[in-house]
Amino acid sequence: MSDRTAAGAEVKASNSPRSRRNSRWSISKINWRGLFSIACFFLAWGGAVAFELPGFAEIPGPWEVLLTFVNDFLFTKKYWQSWGVSFKRVIWGFVLAQILGIPLGLFLGTSRLFNGLVFPVFEIMRPIPPLAWVPLSILFWPTNEASIIFITFIGAFFIITINIYDGVRSIKQEHIWLARSLGASRVRIFRRIMLPAVVPTIAVGMTLGIAVTWNVVIAAEMIASDSGLGRLTWEGYVSSTPTVVVVGMISIGIAGYLSTLIVDNVERRMMPWRKS
Amino acid sequence: MADNSTVTTGQTVSPRPKSGKVSVRNVTKIYDPEGANVVALEGFSMDMDAGDFVAIVGPSGCGKSTLMNILAGFDTLSSGEIYLDGEVLAAPGTKPTPGADRVVVFQQGALFPWMTVLENVTYGLLRQRQMGKAQAKAKGMEFLERSGNLGRIANSYPAQLSSGMQRRVEIIRALINNPKILLLDEPFRAMDTVNKNRMHQHLLKIFQDNRKTIIFITHDLEEALFLADRVIVMTTRPGTLKLDIAVDLPRPRDQSIMASAAYIALKQQAVSAVREEAKRAFERGEREMA
Repeated sequence: MSDRTAAGAEVKASNSPRSRRNSRWSISKINWRGLFSIACFFLAWGGAVAFELPGFAEIPGPWEVLLTFVNDFLFTKKYWQSWGVSFKRVIWGFVLAQILGIPLGLFLGTSRLFNGLVFPVFEIMRPIPPLAWVPLSILFWPTNEASIIFITFIGAFFIITINIYDGVRSIKQEHIWLARSLGASRVRIFRRIMLPAVVPTIAVGMTLGIAVTWNVVIAAEMIASDSGLGRLTWEGYVSSTPTVVVVGMISIGIAGYLSTLIVDNVERRMMPWRKS
Repeated sequence: MADNSTVTTGQTVSPRPKSGKVSVRNVTKIYDPEGANVVALEGFSMDMDAGDFVAIVGPSGCGKSTLMNILAGFDTLSSGEIYLDGEVLAAPGTKPTPGADRVVVFQQGALFPWMTVLENVTYGLLRQRQMGKAQAKAKGMEFLERSGNLGRIANSYPAQLSSGMQRRVEIIRALINNPKILLLDEPFRAMDTVNKNRMHQHLLKIFQDNRKTIIFITHDLEEALFLADRVIVMTTRPGTLKLDIAVDLPRPRDQSIMASAAYIALKQQAVSAVREEAKRAFERGEREMA
């Protein structure tokens, strides 16, 4: 949309999308509005605590939290291990969900027989919240780690699968017809027409999936683990140190945000044909 | 049967192609969704010579698109036959087979969004294994260049192009396979008048430079009369032939022809027939003519 030519209607963007490489970091590109909004948030939080607004009596202020963070966490190995452990679980769950969910969604959408046999079971399992899997998961898997990864996987798996399935069903019939007219074989149509056509829904599944995996992994860690950012937050609560709770929460927020950035970046690379 | 060499006086178009003769004989198509038989086409017949430009006009649901889908090999027919150059293209019991000899340009546009313009244009050449990659690329560029210097958009993706430009690329994607028939299913429907007029000129130029059998489906009677050698008006469902008008206007044509007495006379002749069918369709609750 950036550069319209004088002729306007003919070519909307003249530069080749494949050669677009811009410098990421420059002063003018800093999101001042975003920084301002974050600053305001911390000010409001600090104000609410300082003036002891109703409900804020036990809540630590941002300065206190920052001190706790710098003194007790920033330079400790255990804190960064929590990051590593949670990230590892998210990545495992997320990647496994992609690996199994994408083919399953494709099969559900393309094979009527497979759909008839599998979809009813799928639809009964899908509404079960991931956390309802915790007890069985602990019984089933030999290690705690495996059961947490499994629960994380469940969180993303159904969302990813159902998105791909929707994507397959909304493939334009005209595209398939035309590919056949132009002489493409079944295998070619699958690879070069159907797969790219569902890529946007794979991307949607990824965006939703990564958000859910973070939700789930934190809850699972609180219930069934002795490590990770979720556990760190929970320990803060159990030991009555609300500053730790808040450190944990902010860490989770940042971790989730970083994951979203990575996923967005991957998505953009998957769909070079989309307008920026 | 018409003589292959007939060229109406005053037409300065390239000679008729050798192949692309279409014969539609008594075609009926019955859809059977949930047991309720819907007769989309009933006893429809038409004959086209190689190089004829025929426009088919009729209200929504008159079976125009059904006919096109059968011709293109996307759908079956219930009875009747269709011949292309004397060979059976479709008959009851034959498996519908699409082919690069009759490529469709759809109204919503069906370029592959994940391929660049050049990849779209050369897709048919590569899939039919007509030539290698480098050769196909060169031919694709040649076709793009010939069609108004479109080489500059070869590496763009369809989403970066205007709808008019997309449609031009789609027509090139069809023509590069040297089809016997070009099937156009309301290709300019969603366009504003200015762009539509430009596309009409563009299409007429293509027809004049490299004559092909063209079947052009449209709601727009004026468009049909302006472009085609023959306009076939279809009845509302079940679709069958209502009126077959020979458009004996000289080529090359431009917008001024629409003010000529001959054009106006043809239009008057056709308008009442189209209105009558549109009214019937409307009273039956079908969607109105655009």
